[in-house]
Amino acid sequence: MTSVALHAHRMRFGPHPGKPLLLAALAALVLLASFVALGLGATGLPPARVLRIVTDALADSAALGSGDALIILQIRLPRLLLGLLIGAALASSGALMQGLFRNPLADPSLIGVSAGAALAAATTIVLGDALLAPLTGPLPFMALPVGAFAGGLLTTLALYAIATRDGRTSIPTMLLAGVAFGAFSGAIMGLFSYLSDDRQLRDLSFWSLGSLSGATWTKVLTAAPFILPTLLAMPVLARGLNALSLGEAEAFHLGVSVQRVKALTIMLVAVAVGASVAATGMIGFVGIMVPHVLRLMAGADHRMLLPASALLGAALLVAADTVARTVVAPAELPIGILTAAIGAPFFLWLLLRRPGGLGR
Amino acid sequence: MTALLEAEAISYRSGGRILVDNVDLSFASGSFNIVIGPNGAGKSTLLRILCGELHPTTGSIRWNGEPLHSIPAWRLAHRRAMMPQASDLNFPFTVFEVASLGVEGTGRGLTREDRQRLALDALEEADVAHLALRNYQSLSGGERQRVHFARVLAQLKAGQSLERQQVLFLDEPIASLDLKHQLSLLQISRRLAQDGLTVVAVLHDLQLACGTADELIVMQAGRLVARGKPDAALTPQRMAEVFGVEFVAPGPASSPWRLVLEGSRRPAPASPTAGSGLADR
Repeated sequence: MTSVALHAHRMRFGPHPGKPLLLAALAALVLLASFVALGLGATGLPPARVLRIVTDALADSAALGSGDALIILQIRLPRLLLGLLIGAALASSGALMQGLFRNPLADPSLIGVSAGAALAAATTIVLGDALLAPLTGPLPFMALPVGAFAGGLLTTLALYAIATRDGRTSIPTMLLAGVAFGAFSGAIMGLFSYLSDDRQLRDLSFWSLGSLSGATWTKVLTAAPFILPTLLAMPVLARGLNALSLGEAEAFHLGVSVQRVKALTIMLVAVAVGASVAATGMIGFVGIMVPHVLRLMAGADHRMLLPASALLGAALLVAADTVARTVVAPAELPIGILTAAIGAPFFLWLLLRRPGGLGR
Repeated sequence: MTALLEAEAISYRSGGRILVDNVDLSFASGSFNIVIGPNGAGKSTLLRILCGELHPTTGSIRWNGEPLHSIPAWRLAHRRAMMPQASDLNFPFTVFEVASLGVEGTGRGLTREDRQRLALDALEEADVAHLALRNYQSLSGGERQRVHFARVLAQLKAGQSLERQQVLFLDEPIASLDLKHQLSLLQISRRLAQDGLTVVAVLHDLQLACGTADELIVMQAGRLVARGKPDAALTPQRMAEVFGVEFVAPGPASSPWRLVLEGSRRPAPASPTAGSGLADR
């Protein structure tokens, strides 16, 4: 670089000068996906009508007159908000995990939260009636999400305890323990599908593919308190994760309280992903794909990567859900099928397009 | 003059092995110290203990009288920087971003423009400013090392907002550098030491070590074997003991240490062709 270019560089620095632009574009994408999601469905509604209903409702919450308003406010809006929340949670958790594990292939499953939640959900589905019904009568509808959330969180806590010695958490140990627990949980899940009857098997496979159907305001308001703290904490974690990408020792040399960043990241991801899985089942591939795409576009700086992941994850999941509930209407596709079926080929295309692969 | 950094009887054990064995050391402000010794002598471990990364199994380290391990990480980062032997990144950070990592923490009291200027100045000092927008992962080993040198320079510079007395730890900082950049890195460090920075570096090149150090610290099997001015610390006999290699003492005109290669006859110190000088590496 010539000294003139260097000077210009000094003036308006930012190795990726388009950063604010990218965030704005992603926010616009979220809005666009949201409007399409609110408008599309069994009853098609033009954007103007959608906007009118939403602004009316915001102005006066009692205005629930028309059937259109009911569709928007009671069915599509909670579903949209749940999709936004969970898309943001899954994608930013993926980015957080990749930063923590210093590995572009990491995802929340490495800290056991998905496997723990899945195991607890399978237990609830297959054994719930037999074990709990004598105590509670018919299984309460909250048993599955509460069980999944608790299972995910407890598993992460157990893995964290296994990997922590003398106040220091060994990330490689956590990863290996996570892999071991994943295998164990897979085995038990296999056993459960072997034991289950037809209805249970169907529940099990639908749960493992994920769906936003059945979204209600209650679900949104229950999931939000678990997901929002993770999203809000991202700016705090970004600097620590940037330093951590050099290595734990280097991060310490740079003044980062490494153990605090590790513990906080693991717990926030466990809570957010646990709540997401509890609300919608397993939705794969968002957490690993979104941060990758953004790293290619905007570089690796977590101060950019984390909020951008949240936005793109939210937009993608809402878009995928809109397709999932319209493409075979009146039936619905499980959303996990779509995210993986569209995400995986796209990902491969990205890999093929870049001569060096995603690692560089 | 009281020592800035003082280690008292520090030992470090790991997996049943003693990596550092009962070492006493003190570093005066503004001194340029070079640690030498064979592989596995505990040089890097010593550095990692002194910078606060590893807790010594026994013994204590004081910073201006303050116990090192009572100083929180963020504050320590203003007082010392550590350049590691090697550091790879799995994510596509740019060179400028890597250098900026140095100032993100210690420069929190500065404006954004100041932080960027510090990072860029450091990149220029380390002669990698022309790579500022390159992906770090695409650099050669030597270029990477220079980027990390820029990173630690930026960290210390930013840290001066809070702490005036600072230490720079360098763990084999010139291992992958070409000769010009080896000398340049040592000259920059030397100049900073004249301005009051304390430097503690691990080096394998004895000639460069003797040429730049105020004080040599000779380690062998975890123990401190010698400490002092280069010509006092490095006698031919001690060199033979520590490195297990035969050396010829420097001549009167302070010609470099000459290594005697197996099979060759002991050369006359002045002969330019016989033997292989360490400088020819």
